[in-house]
Amino acid sequence: MPDVVRLEYRNVTMRFSAAGGRGMLTALRGVSFSVRDGEVVALIGPSGCGKSTLLNIGSGLTAPSEGSAFVDGERVEGPNAHVAFMLQKDLLLPWRTVAQNVLLGVEIQSLPRRQRSERVQRLLANFNLAEFSGHYPHQLSGGMRQRAALARTLAVDPHVLLLDEPFSAVDAQTRMVLQRDLAQTLRQAGKTALLITHDLAEAVTLSDRVLVMSRRPGTIIDEIVVDLPQREDPIARRHAPKVGDYVARLMDRLDIGHADLEKPAPGAMA
Amino acid sequence: MSRDARLALIHQGTLASAALLVAFLVAWQWGPGLLGIPSFIVPPLSMVAREFGHAWQFDHLLFHTGVTVAEVLAGFVLGSLLGAFVGYLLGMSPTAEFALSPYLLALQIAPKVAFAPLFILWMGFTVYPKILVAILIVFFPVMVNVLTAIRGVDPDLINLARSFKATRAQIFWKIEFPNSMPPMFAGLRIGSTLAVVGVVVGELVGGNEGLGYLLAFGEGQANTPMVFVSIVMLTLVGGIAYVGVILGERRVLHYLPARSVNQTIQ
Repeated sequence: MPDVVRLEYRNVTMRFSAAGGRGMLTALRGVSFSVRDGEVVALIGPSGCGKSTLLNIGSGLTAPSEGSAFVDGERVEGPNAHVAFMLQKDLLLPWRTVAQNVLLGVEIQSLPRRQRSERVQRLLANFNLAEFSGHYPHQLSGGMRQRAALARTLAVDPHVLLLDEPFSAVDAQTRMVLQRDLAQTLRQAGKTALLITHDLAEAVTLSDRVLVMSRRPGTIIDEIVVDLPQREDPIARRHAPKVGDYVARLMDRLDIGHADLEKPAPGAMA
Repeated sequence: MSRDARLALIHQGTLASAALLVAFLVAWQWGPGLLGIPSFIVPPLSMVAREFGHAWQFDHLLFHTGVTVAEVLAGFVLGSLLGAFVGYLLGMSPTAEFALSPYLLALQIAPKVAFAPLFILWMGFTVYPKILVAILIVFFPVMVNVLTAIRGVDPDLINLARSFKATRAQIFWKIEFPNSMPPMFAGLRIGSTLAVVGVVVGELVGGNEGLGYLLAFGEGQANTPMVFVSIVMLTLVGGIAYVGVILGERRVLHYLPARSVNQTIQ
């Protein structure tokens, strides 16, 4: 069902009371877009443009000031079993083994025990973590920890994944491997994903579409449809000559190279 | 540190420790005589050892030690439970913490041992005032550490649990409670040594049981060796309580990366 809309933001505006208590600060203004079933959309923009706020709104952790988010056509009123998120921090619990960490979500959602263990075995095998299932997080490398976090996110079998710079804390080589693992998993499971990233090449190679946001107050200022084959293989995609054009266009839209930019996007030239 | 280097450190450290102990005991035995310190000021080791045997036989040393151990245990367990309970409660209710914090602070600043005479007035020469002082003194380090731990939970961890639709109780039992274990054990370690202090002060103030009583009794008779015996026994009781907490900590916090062998008493 390629035309079913899984995730939709309708005219979302978000205001916070400014630090110091004087006046209001508009983080997002009139953001509208939708993500279709099985689609991977990357969201890119300068720091502080409200990308992470969008993710919190989508996962039901924060309510928008105006407008609403919809998952599977239903208005998001609070945390929702069809959405799962993953952050830059792995958020693994140090007192749980890898297998127990992967189980956290399904345990909270009280899935029957037998179903739980089947699912966790399959996920650990998919992410090459089977032999580390009894290890504690501190015994794993950064890449393995992020894989475990991804397995935990997928364990609740969400329709929509919200990913907030999931690989920005790992080294460049590990990141490429993780990106490929993620891309393959998303393709095989047919999951829908919204990927927030600072890495322009990551945005282009992993997604079907890239949305560009402006500086605060954040709005969508551009949409680039990535017309490249093999979304499940970002490493192969990197060699496509078109990637450079897309990255150049993104740099242009983000004003990268101009003096007034607050903070350059890390890994933008990767 | 490599395994070999670590083993070498343990080996050398143990040797040095044992040498220090021997040196200390030798100094205790012959030092006072050499320096001309009279034995009623610092009795040599052999005299204290003789007094130990005497107290064991005629002064019910074992009984008094048992009383003190029981009081320490009761005060420590009840004080820790109370401290943890209040810590979790205040940690989960910012309003309650805000309202109660000035009183808790006042109570924390007040020297708890100063309550001992009051408790003895209330409850007489029983074990209860001693246990109560210990409870009071153990309560604070445990409560403060638990409270700080609950306050310090990474909000993203809570959001993660919330995104899985966790209930308040699930957030507590799956995230906040296990997350508070390391600081709680730091509090328990402090509490285990403080419990002995509370009990001894209670025993010094009134009653005719326990090592604190023996201490005061020895002082009254100018029996310096008996005072030394009591101090050694109290140190032993405190040491065993501390080691007990460390063993419990190793079991509960086994998931933490190995830390240094010796941890200092905070």
